[in-house]
Amino acid sequence: MSERVINWFKYASPQTFYPLAGKLIPWFWALAAIFGLAGLTIGFLLAPTDEQQGEGYRIIFLHVPASWMSMFIYLVMAFWAGTGLAFNTRLSGMMASALAPTGALFAFLSLWTGALWGKPMWGTWWVWDARLTSELILLFLYIGFIALQAAIDDPRRADKAGAILALVGVVNVPIIYFSVKWWNTLHQGASVSLTKAPSMAAMMLWGMILCALGCWMYSIAVALMRVRTIMLERERHTDWVRSVLGEKE
Amino acid sequence: MLEVSNLECVRGERRLFAGINFRLDGGEMLYLQGQNGSGKTSLLRMLCGLTPAAGGEIFWRGRPIGQLGEEFRAELCYLGHQNAIKEELTPLENIVSAARLAQETLDEDTAVDALERVGLRGREDLACRYLSQGQKRRAALSRLVHERRALWVLDEPYVALDKAAVDLVAGLIGAHLQRGGLAVLTTHQPVAVPAAALRELWLGNGDAADVRDSSARC
Amino acid sequence: MLVSIRAVIGRDLRLAMRRQSDIIAALFFFIIVVSLFPLGVGPEADQLRRLAPGVLWVAALLATMLSLPRLFADDHRDGTLEQLALAPQPLALIVFGKVIAHWLVAGLPLVLLAPVLGIQFDLANDALAILALSLLIGTPALSGIGAIGAALTLGVRGGGVLLSLLVLPLYIPVLIFGAGAVDATLSGLGAQAHLSLLGALTLGGVFFAPWPTAAALRIALE
Repeated sequence: MSERVINWFKYASPQTFYPLAGKLIPWFWALAAIFGLAGLTIGFLLAPTDEQQGEGYRIIFLHVPASWMSMFIYLVMAFWAGTGLAFNTRLSGMMASALAPTGALFAFLSLWTGALWGKPMWGTWWVWDARLTSELILLFLYIGFIALQAAIDDPRRADKAGAILALVGVVNVPIIYFSVKWWNTLHQGASVSLTKAPSMAAMMLWGMILCALGCWMYSIAVALMRVRTIMLERERHTDWVRSVLGEKE
Repeated sequence: MLEVSNLECVRGERRLFAGINFRLDGGEMLYLQGQNGSGKTSLLRMLCGLTPAAGGEIFWRGRPIGQLGEEFRAELCYLGHQNAIKEELTPLENIVSAARLAQETLDEDTAVDALERVGLRGREDLACRYLSQGQKRRAALSRLVHERRALWVLDEPYVALDKAAVDLVAGLIGAHLQRGGLAVLTTHQPVAVPAAALRELWLGNGDAADVRDSSARC
Repeated sequence: MLVSIRAVIGRDLRLAMRRQSDIIAALFFFIIVVSLFPLGVGPEADQLRRLAPGVLWVAALLATMLSLPRLFADDHRDGTLEQLALAPQPLALIVFGKVIAHWLVAGLPLVLLAPVLGIQFDLANDALAILALSLLIGTPALSGIGAIGAALTLGVRGGGVLLSLLVLPLYIPVLIFGAGAVDATLSGLGAQAHLSLLGALTLGGVFFAPWPTAAALRIALE
C-alpha cells in the first residue's frame, strides 16, 4: 500500500500516470483472477460445510470481502479527496471519482449478498441490524457523492465539492455507526446479531482472505481503468491526450 | 501596490487570457477593455481573490493576495455585475447592513447623505423591489460615496445609469484616485474620469494582452 | 467578532420577517406531514404513542430540508454572497451567524409546535416535554449540517433533491438520539443519555459545520 502511494505521488501528473496505469492494469487483473479463483476454490470446494448453517454460509466468501472493501474504499476515496483539496493536484480528484462507483458497487453487493444469506439463515431478507443499517447508510453516502459530482458540470468544481462531501462523510461514518449501534441495542427485538458468528475454521479464513485480496486487486484494476477514461475525457484538449489518441487511430 | 504577473485564466476548456502583467500604484486607474466573453469579469474576480488564477500571481503591497487573506479584503471594495441589493430591504437598510457586514461603521446620517448624493432622496424607506433597475444600481453605488478602502474593483459600474448618475460615479472614482486610491474597472461606455492617471488593458484572442499607458481620456 | 455575527443574524432575521410566507409554509408542511400519519396507520392510541417520536422527528427533518435550499441561494443570486465572501472577517463566522438565524426561523418554531402536535398522538406530559427539549437541543445540528449541503448544492442542477440526498444520511444520528430520547421517556428509562449525546452532536454540528460550509461556498463562487 505504502509503495503504491509513493508511486502515485511521483506520477501525480496525468500524462505520466496514464501510461503507467495502462501497464499496471493487466497485472492487477491477473492478480485479481488468481486470488479470486484460489479463494473461491477454497471457499466452495475445500472449506468444510458449516454445522449450523449448511452450505448456504458459503456466500460469506463474497459477502465479507465486499463489506470490507466498501468501507475501505470510502476511506481511500476520502484520502484522495483530501489530498486533492490540500495540494490541488488534478490526479487526486480523478482518483476519488474513479473509486466511488466501485465502492458503491461493493456496498450494494454486500447488502445484496447479506440479504441472500439472511433469508435461509434468519428466515428474513432484511433485519435492522446495526451493521446492515450502517452499510445501507454507507451506500447512501456513496450515491450522494456520485450524484453531487454528476450534477456539477465543471470538473474542477465537482472534484472540490465532492472532496468536501467525502471528508464530511468520513468524519460522520463513525458517528453514524456508533449511533446506529446504540439504536439497535435499544430496539433489540428478535434480530440476530452478526457478531455472534461461530468461530471460523482456518480454511474458511484463508478462503476469505484470498477472496478479499481478489476484490482488492479487482478494485485497483477497475479504478485505474476508470481513471484513465476520466483523464482522457477531462484533458481531451491537451496535446498529450491528442497524441495518445492519435497513436491508436 | 497592486501587481499582477503572468496571470492566466481558463474557463471550461477555453483559455481566456494568459501572460497578463501590470502594475498599478496609488492614484492610478486601470481600465479593462475587451469584447464580451474576453474574460474581463473573470480578471476582476481574480483580483478580488474570488476565482483562483489558472496561473500567475497577484500581489498587494508586495505580498500574494492568497497569503494576505483578510488583510487584503479589508482594503478591497468590489462591486459586481449584481447589485448585492436585497429586494426586501429599503436602500437605507441595505447600505447600513452591508457596511456592518463589511465591518465598517456607517451611521444613519452618513448613509442618508450617501443616498441623497446618488439621487435616492425620498426613497430611503421604500423596499428596493419597488425601485427601477437604475435606482437599484444607484443604491448599490451609494456605497462608494463614503468608501475609503484603497482598492476599488468595479464591474460595469455605469450600466443602467443615466447621464447624470454616470457623471456622478465618474466623479466619485476621480475623488478616490485623488485621495491616492486605486481603481480597476470595466465598461463599454467611454466615460472621462476627471484627473486620472489612466492605463488601459485590452483582453482578447487568448494571447498576451497589451497594457498601454494613456494619459489621454478614453 | 460577536458584532459581525450579530450583524448577520440581525440582517437574516429581518429578511425572514419580510417574507414570512416561507416560514409559515414550512411550518404547515410540518403540521400536515405529522397529521397524515394517524390517517395512514389508524387511530389506535397505543400505536400512535409508539410512533409519535419517530414521526415528529422525521417530519422535523423534512421541514428543515424545505427551508435549506434558500439558506444561501438568495444571497447567491443577488450578489450578496460575493460581498460576504469578500468581507474582512472569516466566511465561516458569517456562516455561523446564518446558521443561527436559520435555526431561529426554521428550527425554533418546530420546537414550539411539536408539543401541540404531540397531543394528537396522545403523548403524556413528560414525553411532550422531552420531545420539545430534544428538538430544542437537536434542531441546531440540523441547521448546521444542512448548511454544508446547502453550500455544496448551491447553483447546481436539481439542487433541492440533491440536497436531501446529501444531507438526510448525515441527519441519521440526530434522528436516532432525538427520537430515542422521547422513546426512552415513554418506556420509563431516563432520556438523559440521549439528550447529552444529542447536545454533543449539536455542538459538533454547529461549531464545525461552518468551516466546510465556507469552503464549499468559496468553491461555488469561483
